[in-house]
Amino acid sequence: MAERAARRRRRLGGYLRAIGAVIWKDLAAELRSRELLGAMLVFALLVVLIFNFALELDVRSRATITSGVLWVTFTFAGTLGLNRSMAVEKDRGCLDGLLLAPVDRSAIYFGKTAANLIFLLIVAGVVVPLYSLLYNTNLLVPGLLAVIVLGCLGYIVVGTLLASMAVQARTRDILLPILLFPVVLPVLVAAIKATNGFLQGLEMADIWPWLNLLIVYDVVFTAAAFMLFDFVVEE
Amino acid sequence: MIEVRKLVKSFGLKPVLRGLELLVEPGEFLALLGPNGAGKTTLLRILSSLARPNAGLVRIAGHTLPGEAAAVRGKLGVVSHLPLLYGDLTAEENLRFYSRMYDLEGVERRVAEALELVGLRQRRRDLVREFSRGMQQRLAIGRAMLHDPEVLLFDEPYTGLDQEAAQMLDGLLRQVAGRGRTVVMTSHDLLRSASLATRLDILSRGVIARSLDPGSMQPGELAALYQQVTHG
Repeated sequence: MAERAARRRRRLGGYLRAIGAVIWKDLAAELRSRELLGAMLVFALLVVLIFNFALELDVRSRATITSGVLWVTFTFAGTLGLNRSMAVEKDRGCLDGLLLAPVDRSAIYFGKTAANLIFLLIVAGVVVPLYSLLYNTNLLVPGLLAVIVLGCLGYIVVGTLLASMAVQARTRDILLPILLFPVVLPVLVAAIKATNGFLQGLEMADIWPWLNLLIVYDVVFTAAAFMLFDFVVEE
Repeated sequence: MIEVRKLVKSFGLKPVLRGLELLVEPGEFLALLGPNGAGKTTLLRILSSLARPNAGLVRIAGHTLPGEAAAVRGKLGVVSHLPLLYGDLTAEENLRFYSRMYDLEGVERRVAEALELVGLRQRRRDLVREFSRGMQQRLAIGRAMLHDPEVLLFDEPYTGLDQEAAQMLDGLLRQVAGRGRTVVMTSHDLLRSASLATRLDILSRGVIARSLDPGSMQPGELAALYQQVTHG
């Protein structure tokens, strides 16, 4: 009995260490190349700037479109990052190298998801203050930051799974957004509505349904990805 | 050590392996020969649990696939024509990363031993993307040997290597096989395979068409027989 518990603890330790190793590897490689984060940041800043010049808005209409502009920026920059993150694994056959490790393959998925989430949150951390400056809108609201974390999590949870699937195809760059956008629609709608709610100072009772949807989406799709990842990556 | 029974694998409607049977004894060095599309890489991908067969039994080191895939992977070292290494990490970082993925103890010692084995200790702090193809392939062997696997699978490891790098790889493969490991290598190079392996199997149309003892054959005889089996 005690031996079985010790074995289970050892296996869990190995699982967590594998997740940590994948995160460390992605961050270390990115720190050196700055390819993924650089592209995501430049792209996100361009989107914000384009919206800034394209939409000459008064204060009232600005408040209503902020959430849309923010989430369009995160979504597009996120897709760029997801594509790049999986392409790196495919280029030198590294995905096979990961899959050959004697660890439950969901550890690879969670490691990649965590690294992708870190990259997207870094982008959000740059975009939000910049947007506040450009549009003269205060976005540093604690509730709004929670929405950003929950929304980005939902987006990356599904995005990493679908990017693992799309990377096997020749047309992976085109395939990912086509697969991803319909599936993340609920998370985007909920995130935009909740963001709007916080920016317009609505009652929490009006915002909670959207936050609940975000939480449920994150939990359901994390569980689904945990169960499906092995089948998605195996030939 | 490796037992394969009635293995079937198709991609869509195209059958690749058609009831393949294979037995590899512990310590044996098997070279799998065959033309393009014969199913060599598919067989190795199934053995390494990267692909799932449609039917048949695969048992490696006492564990059955796909049910005990993680246990099988712990006993396998795989080298393919791609290095499975990260270009933006150094040689040392790559090996350290894989050691953690394999949850190995004594990571630093194992990394140092692997680098020593493949003769890259001096280049351990260099980025892998700056390595030549031959050096990347040597490091790939170091990666595959990190966890001291019982079985080594080499999928066309000589692809893209120049003469010097190929000779160096010959030496490494002999060294690895000399440690009593079971080795399965796919190749198109008859002479090189005959000089390294203890058994040659010719894979044709999804089955093992012929099994040969390289010690009992002249090079010309081997080439003629290969032609006959694959084109006959």
